[in-house]
Amino acid sequence: MVTIIDYEAGNLASVARALVKIGQQVEITGNPENIVRSQRIVFPGVGAAGSAMASLKKSGMDAAIVEAVRAGIPTLGICLGTQVIMDRSSENDAQCLGIIKGRVLPFPGSMTGDDGARLKIPHMGWNRISILKSHPVFSGIEEDDQFYFVHSYYPEPDDSSSVIAVTEHGISFASVIGDNNLVATQFHPEKSGRAGLRILENFCRWTV
Amino acid sequence: MGNRGLSKRIIPCLDVRDGRTTKGIKFRNNVDIGDPVEMAEIYYEAGADEIVFYDITASHEKRGLMIDVVRRVAETIFIPFSVGGGIRTVDDMRETLLAGAEKVSVNSAAVKNPAIISEGAKRFGSQCVVLGMDVKRVEKRKDVPSGFEIVINGGRTYMGIDAIEWAKKAEDLGAGEICLNSIDADGVRKGYDIELTRLVSESVKIPVIASGGAGEPVHLYDALTRGKADAALIASMVHYGSYTIGGIKEYLNARGVPVRMRW
Repeated sequence: MVTIIDYEAGNLASVARALVKIGQQVEITGNPENIVRSQRIVFPGVGAAGSAMASLKKSGMDAAIVEAVRAGIPTLGICLGTQVIMDRSSENDAQCLGIIKGRVLPFPGSMTGDDGARLKIPHMGWNRISILKSHPVFSGIEEDDQFYFVHSYYPEPDDSSSVIAVTEHGISFASVIGDNNLVATQFHPEKSGRAGLRILENFCRWTV
Repeated sequence: MGNRGLSKRIIPCLDVRDGRTTKGIKFRNNVDIGDPVEMAEIYYEAGADEIVFYDITASHEKRGLMIDVVRRVAETIFIPFSVGGGIRTVDDMRETLLAGAEKVSVNSAAVKNPAIISEGAKRFGSQCVVLGMDVKRVEKRKDVPSGFEIVINGGRTYMGIDAIEWAKKAEDLGAGEICLNSIDADGVRKGYDIELTRLVSESVKIPVIASGGAGEPVHLYDALTRGKADAALIASMVHYGSYTIGGIKEYLNARGVPVRMRW
């Protein structure tokens, strides 16, 4: 059973459908008690950090997520969920959960690619990841696999040992971060075709 | 290794009316496939990076058929897809996104009421809101200085709005992406309007999808290089089996255009 955290930040149905596709049972919850009792957590999200944090605080889920991760429950952050586990986001200058030390920063305003063309923001579309630290959740993922991103901000952990993979978009940024029982992707595995489903399968099998 | 950074997206577009694709599409054994869900699955397996559904259902009462298609597509493919056509209100957007579409595209509804872009972006996030633009070449004049004018009703109604100005305004209002369709090039299969594509792409920071005119792989190459588009929409060149998505990607990859080659 995978518990998906519902905090009115969109995208839950896509994650749920992808998990069902790979044969998982899914529980979608906004109840802090269910979160701390869960076996496995997916923390998705699309939108802005400020309103996401406001919604998590209002329901008491902020403390529940921190407690669940500290208790060792395998947890997968996705996109905004990944940003919100950091200390603080430049988006709305939001105080976040502080599970991983570091900030969430915006892409610089004017970046150009190798051909001199202006790079678009949001970083939207398919891109590669370079895995720096082998990780069970990324087993079987190859260099040429690509993943679907949609974001204008990215996480920057203080401690580089929390960076599992990086991606290039004008700059090199942390596209997968994690510590112990926590792994978090800036891209959307649920929208990344076969390679994305593979990551979800790996996560569902992961024993910490 | 080359190809660092974002890939250019190849996006097949399916026209849907009353829940069925409008033209029976000939695949492999010349079998007509009219079910948009089945077609989406075929293109997903064939390496599409995203899929666009364009709903040309005329009557509002039959909109539910498209919502049902969206719901079934969302259970079947695990790449982003967008829906355009019947989206006239923020409630239409909401219904379509809840059914499982990643993005919705607004076209004439946004020309008539630009606030739909800002309201949609505020409510669902910019990444969900695509501005569809239908554009025709005209004589340059005071209200259309670029010589590219916004049209609606399939090109029959000229709106007196400059395409470049409209693209910038939509970006300011919160559109997350632009799908740029040249009415002059559409259906002719002689290539995208490269000048238009480059002008719009250089005028905004958000991604631009080139649309209208693709007939062979070199047309995509031109749009994605000289045209500076971030993605290219294709229809008949894959629907009728003349080309495969994989073949088009091979062609682009061999010429140094970054594309997703594993799927």
